[in-house]
Amino acid sequence: MAIATTEPLRGYPEAFFELDSRALRQPAWLRELRERGFARFRDVGFPTTRNEDWRFTNVNAIAQTAFQPAPAQSVTFAALEPFLIPGAACHLVFVNGQYAARLSRIAGLPAGVEAGSLGEAIQNNRKPAESHLGRYLNVERDAFCALNTALLEDGGYVYLPRRADVEAPICLLFVSLPGTIPSMAHPRTLIVAEDEAQASIVEQYISLGAGEVFFSNSATELVAGEGAVVSHYLVERQDRNAFKISTLRSEQARSANVTSHSILLGGALVRNNVHPVLAGEGSECLINGLFIAAGKQHIDNYMLVEHARPHSSSRQFYNGILDGHSRGVFHGRIIVHKDAQKTDAKQTNRNLLLSDDAQIDTKPQLEIYADDVKCTHGATIGQVEENALFYLRSRGISEGAARRLLLLAFANECLERMKCPVMRAYLEGVIQAWLPATSTGAPPEAGEIERRWEEAG
Amino acid sequence: MSMLEIKNLHAKINNHFILKGVDLVVNAGEVHSIMGPNGSGKSTLAQVLARRETYEITAGEVLFGGKDLLSMKPEEVACEGLFMAFQYPIEIPGISNAYFLRAALNAIRKFRGEEELDAMDFLPLLKDKMRLLDMDERFLNRAVNEGFSGGEKKRNEIVQMAVLEPRLAILDETDSGLDIDALRIVAKGVNLMRRPDRGILLVTHYQRLLNYIVPDFVHVLVDGKIVKSGGPELALELEEKGYGWAEPEAATAIR
Ligand SMILES: Nc1ncnc2c1ncn2[C@@H]1O[C@H](COP(=O)(O)OP(=O)(O)OP(=O)(O)O)[C@@H](O)[C@H]1O
Ligand SMILES: [Mg+2]
Repeated sequence: MAIATTEPLRGYPEAFFELDSRALRQPAWLRELRERGFARFRDVGFPTTRNEDWRFTNVNAIAQTAFQPAPAQSVTFAALEPFLIPGAACHLVFVNGQYAARLSRIAGLPAGVEAGSLGEAIQNNRKPAESHLGRYLNVERDAFCALNTALLEDGGYVYLPRRADVEAPICLLFVSLPGTIPSMAHPRTLIVAEDEAQASIVEQYISLGAGEVFFSNSATELVAGEGAVVSHYLVERQDRNAFKISTLRSEQARSANVTSHSILLGGALVRNNVHPVLAGEGSECLINGLFIAAGKQHIDNYMLVEHARPHSSSRQFYNGILDGHSRGVFHGRIIVHKDAQKTDAKQTNRNLLLSDDAQIDTKPQLEIYADDVKCTHGATIGQVEENALFYLRSRGISEGAARRLLLLAFANECLERMKCPVMRAYLEGVIQAWLPATSTGAPPEAGEIERRWEEAG
Repeated sequence: MSMLEIKNLHAKINNHFILKGVDLVVNAGEVHSIMGPNGSGKSTLAQVLARRETYEITAGEVLFGGKDLLSMKPEEVACEGLFMAFQYPIEIPGISNAYFLRAALNAIRKFRGEEELDAMDFLPLLKDKMRLLDMDERFLNRAVNEGFSGGEKKRNEIVQMAVLEPRLAILDETDSGLDIDALRIVAKGVNLMRRPDRGILLVTHYQRLLNYIVPDFVHVLVDGKIVKSGGPELALELEEKGYGWAEPEAATAIR
């Protein structure tokens, strides 16, 4: 049973007030924002499985662990090299949630484009930070967003002026350093694309070194002005102990086009919220996701697409591969508000179960308050197809290699939806390396000791 | 030694007995045609030879190059040089034709102890074979058979055969569903593959294909057994008289 709300909120009030004393110059608006987040979190606490949005995911393991804010630390540049994306426009590095200027490479961005630390942007009174931060993320609905806001200190800041066009991806690398005690970070990222700006922004989460469990609770607000075209990539590659909650909240003006790509591979307990609001007429969004889970991993994907104005369209394609004892969740909620006539929304979730013990819960949820709309959804759960397997084997390809090829093909469906060739190439390599050399159904990194996180709850 | 020797082969699926004692010998350099009515077991024979494991062998023996074929896995017979063109080729979204065929060729080359080909060496080879089958280069990067028309799928099978260069090619109704131009192209591709060291087994329903690829031997499969064997003239006779004519004669089919 999950009764996390009655648990004392261990360490969080201390973290909240400690941040007050540490933050050099905290503008009043920020202090207010944080206070609201903290008050809300204190009132509701962590969600339980009685909350419909959390029905399939028990976060007791998070609620019952006393996390300390991860200390500011450094790593060597060499340790990051395997995670740098060849062809990126720039790399911003964050260690335990804090911007690491020394490790970041930001030369070469077009004039007017800003990419750096959100903490610094606030310190420097950057106008977009004040006018947008906290305006979109819903701290009332989601306790993790409230917590992220309460402990808001640093994270990524990307500003794209009107008509800016950055072809290569802007890459944010978030490094978790597991410590001797359970530690946490709450990186907050703000992406503001003014009218007709175009760019791709990548958030990649990794772990370096071994230690106690790390809890990363990130939240990103993405604002796309009229006609802006923005692709967002989330790449989750933390270790198999990590707890990861991530939220992407995007706000799209007229004719804005936002794409959210999620590639979820690492982590013990992962919850990925993608929440676009199509607030302008004719805006479009594409949600494209791939999750690959094995061992005891639990990966929960919560999509909430809100159509607020007429003629907007959304597409969701989400593929899951589940092996071992892993569990996956796909919750696809679409809300079509009263004014959003001529909405065109489509959702597809396809899952491959590689073992008898793996499990997927998939739940579409359509709430339609307009009368002239087109909404479709579909979900499939299956195994690797015998027909396809035999076809490949009949051409000389071994069974293991054929299985692997079919998994890559399934993953490729997601990669093919990525327009940025740099990211496609990078992620293809990441996924190839992630899937075992010949798939026999054994989990990647078999033999690795995994934390039985669900037993903690 | 014969290239392929099938002796008294019995096979069933889901408790349906389909092959009921097939005997057939194919030597290097020969082209054999197997004809027969719908449901007589032609595809079953082809799939059993390609080692589809869903069919259970209940009796009989098959030697391929003197080796026990029935103990091999699908990939092993393929590496030993057997190729089966599917009656209904499978669509595999997410893998490009070029990637798939290179993986296949390299698996076979590796088995033979030959060096694997990189994309640079492989592409010209593949393009060459595609030109032979009149297939546009855009098929290189399209997902395997995905959204291909019936005829394009069949031609793609022959491209695969031409790239993999098997010792024994089994074509399961590669002609059906082809218009006359496509049929000519496919026949040209197959005829180019005819060689003294290669055997070809054409499974077909209609005599039509045999106007373009003249077989050395024709066999009639009815209800899981070869009931008649003869030369190319047998196909014409069948065309004229129908399968009913061949049926009553329980002929011994070994040449
Ligand atoms: N999975 C299966 N379960 C039960 N019966 C099957 C199965 N697969 C094939 N059969 C039956 O086996 C018989 C032989 O089928 P097969 O496909 O080998 O015939 P065929 O000679 O190739 O026919 P066609 O000319 O239509 O291609 C048919 O009666 C078919 O219905
Ligand atoms: Mg058939």
